[in-house]
Amino acid sequence: MGLGGAAPAKNGADVSAALELRRVYAGYGPFRALFDVNLTIAAGEAVALVGSNGAGKTSLARVASGLVTPSEGSVVVNGRDLTRAPAYRYARAGVAHAPEGRSVFATLTVEENLELSIHRIRGRKGLKAGLEQAYALYPILGERRQQLAGTLSGGEQRMLTMARVLVDAPRLLIADELSLGLAPLMVQHTYEALQQLRQSGVALLVIEQHVTHALALCDRVVILDRGTPTWIGSSEQARTRLQTVLHSPPTSN
Amino acid sequence: MFANIGEDIVTAVLQGAPPGTVYALVALGFVLAYKTSGVFNLAFGAQAYASAVLYFKTHAEWGWPVLPSLAVSVFVLAPLVGFLLESLIFRHLRTAPPVSSLVVAIGLTIAIPSIVDLALDFQPRNGQIPLGIVPNGNSVYYPVFDLYSFSRDELMAMGVATAAMLALAAMFRFTMVGLKMRAVVESPRLTELNGLAADRISISAWMLSSLFAGLAGVLIAPRFPTLAPGRFFDIVVVAIAAAAVGALVSLPRAYIGGLALGVAIALFNTFIPRWANDHSWLRPMQNNITPALPFVVLFLVLVFMPGLRRARFAADPLAGVDPPPRSTVIPAPISASEIVRRTLGTTLLVVTLIVLFTRGDSAFLYLAGQGAALAVVYLSITIITGLAGHISLCQGSFAAVGAFTTYQLAARYDTSVLVGAVAGALVAAAVGALLSVPLIRLSGVWIAIATLAFAFFFDAVMVKFSWTGAPSGVATGDLVVPRPVIGPWDMASDKSFLAFLLAVLAIATVAVMLLSRSTTGRMLRATRGSEIAAQSIGISPTRARVLAFSLAAGLAGLGGALLVIQQESVNYDTNFAPFAALFWLVLVVTFGARAPEGAIAGAATFTLFDKVVLQGTFIGWLLRSPDRVPGLLPVSPKWRLVLFGLGTIQYASHPEGVLEMARARRNRRRAEDDDHDDDHVELALEASV
Repeated sequence: MGLGGAAPAKNGADVSAALELRRVYAGYGPFRALFDVNLTIAAGEAVALVGSNGAGKTSLARVASGLVTPSEGSVVVNGRDLTRAPAYRYARAGVAHAPEGRSVFATLTVEENLELSIHRIRGRKGLKAGLEQAYALYPILGERRQQLAGTLSGGEQRMLTMARVLVDAPRLLIADELSLGLAPLMVQHTYEALQQLRQSGVALLVIEQHVTHALALCDRVVILDRGTPTWIGSSEQARTRLQTVLHSPPTSN
Repeated sequence: MFANIGEDIVTAVLQGAPPGTVYALVALGFVLAYKTSGVFNLAFGAQAYASAVLYFKTHAEWGWPVLPSLAVSVFVLAPLVGFLLESLIFRHLRTAPPVSSLVVAIGLTIAIPSIVDLALDFQPRNGQIPLGIVPNGNSVYYPVFDLYSFSRDELMAMGVATAAMLALAAMFRFTMVGLKMRAVVESPRLTELNGLAADRISISAWMLSSLFAGLAGVLIAPRFPTLAPGRFFDIVVVAIAAAAVGALVSLPRAYIGGLALGVAIALFNTFIPRWANDHSWLRPMQNNITPALPFVVLFLVLVFMPGLRRARFAADPLAGVDPPPRSTVIPAPISASEIVRRTLGTTLLVVTLIVLFTRGDSAFLYLAGQGAALAVVYLSITIITGLAGHISLCQGSFAAVGAFTTYQLAARYDTSVLVGAVAGALVAAAVGALLSVPLIRLSGVWIAIATLAFAFFFDAVMVKFSWTGAPSGVATGDLVVPRPVIGPWDMASDKSFLAFLLAVLAIATVAVMLLSRSTTGRMLRATRGSEIAAQSIGISPTRARVLAFSLAAGLAGLGGALLVIQQESVNYDTNFAPFAALFWLVLVVTFGARAPEGAIAGAATFTLFDKVVLQGTFIGWLLRSPDRVPGLLPVSPKWRLVLFGLGTIQYASHPEGVLEMARARRNRRRAEDDDHDDDHVELALEASV
């Protein structure tokens, strides 16, 4: 397949690209989830990943953050080939991944959850400022800072996950099922925060149910179908195109 | 009068403090290991044993000064063991279910002490224990209020335990290192997404908890009469009781729990004999109640403290990243090669039996008979673990119930031992059913620990009554059990009784196979897969569990009865004690708990592996002369424990065991070959078109 898209992949390390997936095949044991995926996200660019259930969106996000190692192909982050590297090297290279669902340490408190990443990035001195920033973003987390994360509601756990990556201020932010479980007001907050990060030069890879939200935020849209990008285009093109693609049965080209 | 009681209480508290400190020390270590690795590390005692033995060797035998001995055994060996355990074994089990790592830890409990003994050429001997780490530790005393005198060793242990509790609790509460360790336990993947190297954190956590195990080992060894691995295992179980008070995660509460247990035992020791003077019904039990106290506490805490039960192992939110487990069952096509293989196997078995019956000497006949009786016990593990999916660590107690019943019926009422065996099976089944009732709400690891608590309770209390084993008989093994006579057949000889045992084993095997194929078997297997799913299709998990426990207990009881008839006496300590019975589970699980072959192979290994393989008999027979056996043989029987203890490691990835694993691999290969054949056919078809 390998549709080039608006930002064509160059050969060799492209320092300007936040993320480059080259001919990536990946899966879980005997199950293959991604086939021949080529995708480049330039620094500061926002990409929305769209597709039906089981299309491979989450798998693509996991490959991009090192959680899943591709069986073939390579993953280049900020010009460094990290294909076989463990996930923490991705994080240190500036990838922040908010996985889908309740991805928090249930047995740690809200504050401890946040401390783990803030401490790594900002050190002991920046800890307080980082925490304040997170609580300013989602005040409810501040109220529950001593509560075990596992006892939070689904939406609150989602906020905690998002707070971690938003405060992180990475080079590339990956958000899987960005607003699932969040109250409308919080969805708005989250998008405002993302918009700010974008303006400061953070690249985004967003998987989102609310396609309209995603299109408003992102420059580019990638449609995945059965583990392969079948369409890549600008948000404007996507707006017209998606109506037909998403509401008709998947094609098998 | 009241002043006296007050004085007694204070004395008891002081007396209880030193043993309480030992419990607290081990409980702290256990909690530390659990908090930092998520592993229910029953091998903690084995790790402590390793350091204690090395300390003894270097200090007492080789005459090293205290500091170098301590450095090598505690600060080098112990973290090294932790490093190896993490990097070779537990790293790969991080996302496995907790029961898998528990089984591996049980295997290590068996394997590590044997490795240590072999490597250091150490043999546990009575009275051979290391001295403490402070000079004159056991001879200089410091009296407190003239009521009790603490030895230097005791004060040292108490100081270390208190300091460790404070330091470790502070580390977890206030430092990033502690926070990272807790994070890795819950989800190594999420930790990595935070940019933290999970492997490195996990290694340091294991090294820390192992260091602590080593320290505890060296500090508590002087309290034991013998430096033996079983002692260390026992104390770990006691420590789990102390740790359970703190829901297994609170260090201060584990410390307090340990001290409280020590004090409670001292109080019981002081007051129960006095009460027994007034209440005669207490008298037969007065010596048994106190040793059983920790196990009763553990059992009660498990059953009645819902917080602990629900303190479930927080699931890794990113578990979905791992590849799904490979399907273990690949339907076997009955092909020509399979028929040939089965025929060969049967022929081999028949030939072996013919050789055994015609040429086997008395030692072989005796061992084979023992193996056949044990195989019946092991089949109970096939039911409870293989079929129903529970880890039961009290099968030895069930077997002992059968054995004692047979003995008592024969000794008191002159009942035929065969009737006794059947009665023993029924009594054991009843005990199993009763035991399963309080366990109904427990799951996974908690069942294993509760059954372990029961086994130790049985060991401490039930064995010592006149109507079970009676203390004198247990020690000397003079509980004589006769061999049966059925009509014209007198089974006094090992050969004739072996034939009888083989017949019983064959019937039991067929029964277990039929059970696994029956509706009941499917019901058990369904609950093994998922109790919730089973419930949703109308299966009662309660009924399934009671049934599984009583069937398994009954079979274990029958096997235990046969074993003592075969051995012609009840040897509780060698055969049925909790630590001895751990190895049963290890063997069956290694070979495969899901099919009877695993139990039979396990029993054959238990009795014959040493004689046939390790002593070189088989190689000698192959080479047609015992003189040509390589000088390497005979090797120590401890290799058996090492080999099969480590064999449990594959349980996590292959819970079906090595026998089934080999079969699945054969079938898979054959299936692939068939695919190729199909390709050929298709190609041929295409060519013809």
